[in-house]
Amino acid sequence: MIEIKDLHKSYKMGSNSLHVLKGINFTVKAGELVAIMGSSGSGKSTLLNIIGILDGADSGDYTLDGVPIEDLTETKAAQYRNKFLGFVFQSFNLINYKTALENVALPLYYQKVGRKERQKKALNYLEKVGLKEWATHLPSELSGGQKQRVAIARAMAAEPKVLLADEPTGALDSKTSYEVMALIQQINDEGNTILVVTHEEDIAHMCKRIVHLKDGVIVEDKKVEQVRAEQYV
Amino acid sequence: MFNKDRWREILEVLTSNVWRTLFTAFGVCWGIFILIVLLAAGKGLENGIRADFGDIATNTMFMWTRSTTKAYEGLPKGRSFEFKISDVQAIRDNVPNLRFISPRNRLSGFRGGSNVVRGIRTGAYNIYGDYPEIINQDPMSVTSGRFINYNDILEKRKVAVIGKGVKSDLYEKDEDVLGTYIKIQGVNFMVVGTYKKNSNDGDGEEEQKEVYVPFTSFSQAFNRGEDVGWMAITAHDGSSISVLKEKIIEVMRQRHKVHPEDNRAIGHFDLYEQFNRVESLFGALKGVAYIVGIMVLLSGIIGVSNIMLIVVKERTKEIGIRRALGEQPWSIKLQILMESIFLTIVSGMTGIIFGSLVIYGINSLLDSVGPVDMFINPSVSVGVVTGALLILMFSGLLAGFIPANSAIRVRPIEALRTE
Repeated sequence: MIEIKDLHKSYKMGSNSLHVLKGINFTVKAGELVAIMGSSGSGKSTLLNIIGILDGADSGDYTLDGVPIEDLTETKAAQYRNKFLGFVFQSFNLINYKTALENVALPLYYQKVGRKERQKKALNYLEKVGLKEWATHLPSELSGGQKQRVAIARAMAAEPKVLLADEPTGALDSKTSYEVMALIQQINDEGNTILVVTHEEDIAHMCKRIVHLKDGVIVEDKKVEQVRAEQYV
Repeated sequence: MFNKDRWREILEVLTSNVWRTLFTAFGVCWGIFILIVLLAAGKGLENGIRADFGDIATNTMFMWTRSTTKAYEGLPKGRSFEFKISDVQAIRDNVPNLRFISPRNRLSGFRGGSNVVRGIRTGAYNIYGDYPEIINQDPMSVTSGRFINYNDILEKRKVAVIGKGVKSDLYEKDEDVLGTYIKIQGVNFMVVGTYKKNSNDGDGEEEQKEVYVPFTSFSQAFNRGEDVGWMAITAHDGSSISVLKEKIIEVMRQRHKVHPEDNRAIGHFDLYEQFNRVESLFGALKGVAYIVGIMVLLSGIIGVSNIMLIVVKERTKEIGIRRALGEQPWSIKLQILMESIFLTIVSGMTGIIFGSLVIYGINSLLDSVGPVDMFINPSVSVGVVTGALLILMFSGLLAGFIPANSAIRVRPIEALRTE
């Protein structure tokens, strides 16, 4: 599903250049649930941004579902993001003047799905994350865990090839974190490919594979026995 | 482009900070208000001055003879000559597109020695010998009886049409005028009509104190023979008298053996040229109104542009989210542009409505206090309002352009980082 070869990325900070990714080689097959771990500054978020076509690499190859991702115009990038990728952020990033339902329906709107169809699908996904009754509420009326579940529903609504979660539990207490992870595991069980960036060991062990990043290179890539999150909920 | 979601979003953004939106809107509103009021004031002045011109046929010239200033074909300079009645036919034959050619003669008496007598009353008036067409070139309303007609001309009838000033001088207030006789320089004429001229300039009194008699009777009674004092010539609407007059004067020069370069021998006054001069004044006035209005509007538009920049800045993160979810850059740009255009047009419409109310107020004030000199019915046409709307649409586009571009210049990743 994801193939990355010899990926380099550096940021220019004034006259200094900060080499963040120093040759990443990395493959993810369909249906995997991968945790990307590393301390802050290890380059894990940068890697996720490049995978999410939010940022471009300096050199190296990146293929997503057989499509080479390089030199994209903003228009093309937006199209790919909409079609291939679902995003879940640490700070939820819901649009705060839109209701939960409208937030979930947003990616469908960009896919030019009709209004009725959009509402129906969005409500479906809200039901899946257990928030059907909260459809007409604004994000400010929801708890952190509920917001993240709305965000996950939004990410899934467009039926993406890959779900990218950047510290999805970073802003949540541990109980809510496990609830969110249980949801992510459930989505993975249905066959979806998911990448989770985290620096929490317990969250990482709820995935099926852990990739350790340090100073811009992968230092460890191992399969793990998945810990089911339901038991903690 | 016109779907419900987009409009909901526009309204949500603009109502999220009502006072800011209102103050911004006021800038545009004020600009278009000034533009509308200035244009209306200019129109009022124009209407006022046009009313002074009255319904005189403006495509008209007057032509008379003076002494020659150049010797030509054995004739000396300083020679006087007169137009003849046969010149009228000559002009008609040689110059096309002329509507009326009226030869005229006059006995002057206004504020001079008395030349009209009725019983024991006398008066000093301008007496004109005219053809019936003159009523189209120097319009007057016949208030009783009739004007001169061609039977009068052919039979050289001694009939007269008198102005209301003449009537009030020579007659009792409720006396019957038609069928009575007045004596003009010793010759009796029967009054067959009275007229009134619509005018509010300084010649008003003189214009009401005129007597019109048939051209032929005039010539015979006052011994003018074939002579013509001067001519009033009007061109058809499609052609300009200012162009045709060259040809007319050329024909006259030939017929009266005037040197082709003798510019002083035939005098003329071109009403159309005068009228055009006034017209160009209105044009300039309109130009000034547009320039001032648009300048004021411009500062309003800069205000809108500023606010849109702030809105974009405030929504940087939201725009980042939208782009991460796959919204196309053009769609974001369109959103910002539409917000800007919407705000500009709504506030501009308010300005137009407000301006129209003020104009309406001024009009009803003018109606109630009576006519004001040189200022009648200030108004703006539908064309001007449409023009203003187009200007607004364009300005909204202009105001939104920079903010819209700045909105998509931020990379989604940077936008998402903004807390």
